[in-house]
Amino acid sequence: MVSAVTVAEKKGEPTQAPAAAGRRTRPTKVRESLVDRLFLVGVYALLITFLLVVLLPLLYIVASSFSSPAAVSAGRVFLWPVEFTLRGYEVALSSPKIVRGFTNSLFYTAAGTLISVTLTVMLAYPLSRADFVGRKVLTGAVVFTMLFAGGMIPTYLVVQAMGMLDTRWALLIPNAVAVWPAILAITYFRTAIPDEVREAGELDGASDLRILWTLVLPLATPMIAVIALMYAIVQWNSYFDALIYLRDESLYPLQLVLRNILILNTDGGGDATSALERQQLANLLKYSLIVISTVPVMLIYPFVARYFTKGLLLGAVKG
Amino acid sequence: MTPTPIPAAAVATRPSVGDRGRPGRLRASIRRRWQLYLLVIPPLLYFALFKYLPMGNAVIAFKDYNIIAGIWASDWVGLEHFVRFFGNPMFQTVVSNTFLLSLYALIASFPIPIILALALNEVRGRFFKRTVQMVTYAPYFISTVIVVSMAILILSPRIGLASDLLGFFGVPQTDWLAKPDFFRHVYVWTEVWQTAGYSAVIYLAALASVDPGLYEAAKVDGANRLQKIWHVDLPSIMPTIVVVLILSVGSIMAVGFEKAFLLQNPLNLSQSEIIATYTYKLGILNADFSLATAVGLFNSVINLALLLGVNTISKRVTGNGLW
Repeated sequence: MVSAVTVAEKKGEPTQAPAAAGRRTRPTKVRESLVDRLFLVGVYALLITFLLVVLLPLLYIVASSFSSPAAVSAGRVFLWPVEFTLRGYEVALSSPKIVRGFTNSLFYTAAGTLISVTLTVMLAYPLSRADFVGRKVLTGAVVFTMLFAGGMIPTYLVVQAMGMLDTRWALLIPNAVAVWPAILAITYFRTAIPDEVREAGELDGASDLRILWTLVLPLATPMIAVIALMYAIVQWNSYFDALIYLRDESLYPLQLVLRNILILNTDGGGDATSALERQQLANLLKYSLIVISTVPVMLIYPFVARYFTKGLLLGAVKG
Repeated sequence: MTPTPIPAAAVATRPSVGDRGRPGRLRASIRRRWQLYLLVIPPLLYFALFKYLPMGNAVIAFKDYNIIAGIWASDWVGLEHFVRFFGNPMFQTVVSNTFLLSLYALIASFPIPIILALALNEVRGRFFKRTVQMVTYAPYFISTVIVVSMAILILSPRIGLASDLLGFFGVPQTDWLAKPDFFRHVYVWTEVWQTAGYSAVIYLAALASVDPGLYEAAKVDGANRLQKIWHVDLPSIMPTIVVVLILSVGSIMAVGFEKAFLLQNPLNLSQSEIIATYTYKLGILNADFSLATAVGLFNSVINLALLLGVNTISKRVTGNGLW
């Protein structure tokens, strides 16, 4: 993951340039009218409201996660930790269930992303080639799955018939390829990789696979990084497949463990002795857990955000 | 990955467009581009197995699915499961819950990103603009489990942030999530909280490509900022707005399972049971596979019909459509 991010950062720069150049330069007025200045004050007020509405709940959670169990349970925390302590994190990180969920999720995210990206590229590259006869029919067949689906139970029956129930495969394979990243990849291969690249390779006698591996993929790293991060975040955040396909708790990803602790209120008192302390710790633990599970995503999200934007637009052009 | 030289014969016999029928072209293409066809097999197999096979499996909606006999040997029962579903009192509940929830979400979450984008577009300070964008964008990447947990913690009586703030204004303590009427508000406003920044991005991009000449013209005509938004910005992003609206209206009966399920508790089921969660309970928990499939299929068909219908209407009325 780390290397993907740095690659995205480096390779991304040149492709960012045209977007920046295309940015509209607003004609600057020397003096704005009173109406306009009042209007602008309103605009800023509105945006600051938006900012606070998004930010306050997040700050409240973070502040609570560093507060004492008693302060949290008494509702005394607002936006700053009260009686600062790392107790919540200690309890969270000493729970075998949570640690196992975390490592499971790391595995599912790494393996799932690898599988998803590989399959998506294998699908998208041929479908992007104009000399690939049948690409229109196949692209249509892929896109159609976005409009119509067999449903939850018929899919469950397939997963069951393949013997994937209650195995790690159930979280890696049944949702491996998403249509949207595939469209993104097809569009990228078609528009951002010049035909001359392939022609040069063919002149040198390279096969299609070799052209893809040594010439096209290195040029496509920004796109690969985007879809990898997209798949990674979706995989890290999902709980639904685990809910329906897994019974064995030792295979649970973090999100399903979180759901059981945070929403169903099972377990989570740590090593507390009294019932009251247990209850208070269970409360505090929830806040710490939210922070622990969200930090990985928040760390990579700024890198994703700008590419997501571009992906969104690229997808919008074609999709 | 060993390079295979292209046989000279293949290059020489490369078919020129139009001189052969389709099957001939396909065969020639496969011979020449066999590696590409090889490459595409695993992902196509994936789509066949996990997308198209389930569509075939959906026939159990018209059968009495027997686990031992298997899908194809089970007896046909025609529309019995659909009749059972339509006759069930839950039918009205889940269909209207799904529709009302989605309609409310659409009305609340459609205009807000547009307003956010238009406001951001007025801001000159790069730093402020970027900060607002990054912060409002962030919740999109937080998982549903976490967003729901945050909502539950913040709304929890006595200890949550909301009870502090409301208590300040003299509103009495309430267990919001135990009230059926409150489920939709929590669902919809957490949705807005989570997606407004993300949805604004596409409008911002549309705004960035507005012809600067239009602003010059507006300036010459003496338009103020509000007039400029109304007469230049809004018409410019109208095609984008229409496409987003089609997609939202077309998916109005396709409310996702994840969040509604997490927000459910025994006290709010009268409003929080939607088609997706009902299918889950029938199929996975009660193992009534055929009925659950019928309910799911009913929903899929409505979704498809809605999307096609809205797209057709939009094409006719505005000239903009998805395809």
